[in-house]
Amino acid sequence: MTQSTPKIRIRGLCKAFGPKVVLDGIDLDVMPGTSMVIIGGSGSGKSVLLRCILGLIPADAGTIEIDGVNVLTLPPRRREEVIETIGMLFQNGALFDSLSVWENVAFGLLAAGRRHGRRPSRAEARATAGRVLEQVGLDPSVGALSPAELSGGMQKRVGLARAIAGQPDILFFDEPTTGLDPIMGAVIDGLIVDCVRKLGSTAIAITHDMASAQRIGDQAAMLYKGKLIWQGPAASLLNSGNPMVDQFTHGRREGPISMELRR
Amino acid sequence: MRRFFWQCLLCPSFDAPAMPRYGRRHDGSIRPCCPVGRPVAPRVNAVLDFIAALGRAALNLVRTAGALTLFGLTALSHLVRPPFYWRIFFGALIEIGFFSLPVVALTALFSGGVIALQSYTGFAQYHAQGAIAGIVVLAVTRELGPVMAGLMVAGRVGAAMAAEIGTMRVTDQIDALTTLSTNPMKYLVTPRLLAGTIALPCLVLVADMLGVMGGFIVSVVKLDFSAPAYIAATFAAVKTIDVTVGLAKAAVFGFLITLMGCYHGYTSRGGAQGVGSATTAAVVAASILLLASDYLLTDVFFSQ
Repeated sequence: MTQSTPKIRIRGLCKAFGPKVVLDGIDLDVMPGTSMVIIGGSGSGKSVLLRCILGLIPADAGTIEIDGVNVLTLPPRRREEVIETIGMLFQNGALFDSLSVWENVAFGLLAAGRRHGRRPSRAEARATAGRVLEQVGLDPSVGALSPAELSGGMQKRVGLARAIAGQPDILFFDEPTTGLDPIMGAVIDGLIVDCVRKLGSTAIAITHDMASAQRIGDQAAMLYKGKLIWQGPAASLLNSGNPMVDQFTHGRREGPISMELRR
Repeated sequence: MRRFFWQCLLCPSFDAPAMPRYGRRHDGSIRPCCPVGRPVAPRVNAVLDFIAALGRAALNLVRTAGALTLFGLTALSHLVRPPFYWRIFFGALIEIGFFSLPVVALTALFSGGVIALQSYTGFAQYHAQGAIAGIVVLAVTRELGPVMAGLMVAGRVGAAMAAEIGTMRVTDQIDALTTLSTNPMKYLVTPRLLAGTIALPCLVLVADMLGVMGGFIVSVVKLDFSAPAYIAATFAAVKTIDVTVGLAKAAVFGFLITLMGCYHGYTSRGGAQGVGSATTAAVVAASILLLASDYLLTDVFFSQ
């Protein structure tokens, strides 16, 4: 693989739910080792984009290449192998509440081990989970608790620990700081940057928190009405020169974007 | 005004689940359902509305039946494709088989007693009280044991499964399973289906014994039967096939109850309310399917 091959390359991706077009011809390249932040209003299709890449939602048209292989046409088994290389932090954590924290963190390790016939023992998995919990700033003793006993910020950390435990090549973050106070948001952003750097992963984060977008991202793109209307370095988000991005990043009521209150 | 009319059923963009969107607004105007819908004369509308409602219901039924069949077959296919999640399987087995014991036992005990009382009232008129032991054991092993246990488990376990899996669906936990190299059908559904199919016959075996015991207690304590004669009459009346068919029914019921719980939970949408209606649907559908399949199985095994 040459350096010029994007880790994730999306061309002409379309998705509609009935008459509502959510993604309308998305073209996106994410180079290996970089972090791409996708911003956009609520309901602009950010989550759908991530879910299409993960195969949780079937795409209507277009290609999604990971390491140059179109995952949409892969047979299910090969596709599962590709998805195994992706870690995802869900918006609300999506921790399994029937399992303890350490079982959540080690879930992917045990599952991947089971598939490949070299499953770690539960004691080994628990020790690994403890180490990963430390990486996200939690005491390994938290592992014995149930997810319901944790605060929102701690749940996000556990979610992050679960996403990075398998040392994935690609990490997705779905609104990592939503619902957290600004300080905890900054802490989570810092952890994300650390983890991505340490693992050397490629990351896609979706957010509508500008401070978070600039902390996490190398590159940024804005999604509006199913299309990517702007791409550029994350540092220039606040002075992009694009009137739509400007309106969004500065949170102005007046501008080219009118909120659709009712369909 | 665009609106729904019968050709919508043939329209390629027709989407049965989206159909409830069609209807009258509060101001009496008609909400359009489909971009190609055209206005029709009001009188024709009334007739077409009726046909459309029928068609909608029929299409939904066919769609659900198809989806359910595919869901069940997919879950079963994971039985022969490793890995198998034993931990989940044993958890469900304990939940269905062990923790349902008290409620099923009490139901069976009282049902057996009621059968003895009721048949005594009828049979005493013809001096046929001797048949009561036979009536009780046949009613319990063939019908009451499996059906009562099934309905109790549907209310207890089917509902809990739908609520648990439904909550996992609406909080993205099922999607999270996929991203953690775990097939959610294999992890959530297959072990539960197997556990239900195995656990319910075990429960019914207990229910059979307790049902007969309920009849025995009532007959001996209240109706002054001789205990040895009652027991002898019971064993004379019951054949192995009565019990085994009852257990086979129970296996089918166990499968249906867990299938309904898993299916409705797995396909639930839209937050707390969606989980609530999935739970209701799981119990209602399981109860109806249970009684319908009970009739069919009875017809197959006992009608000759």
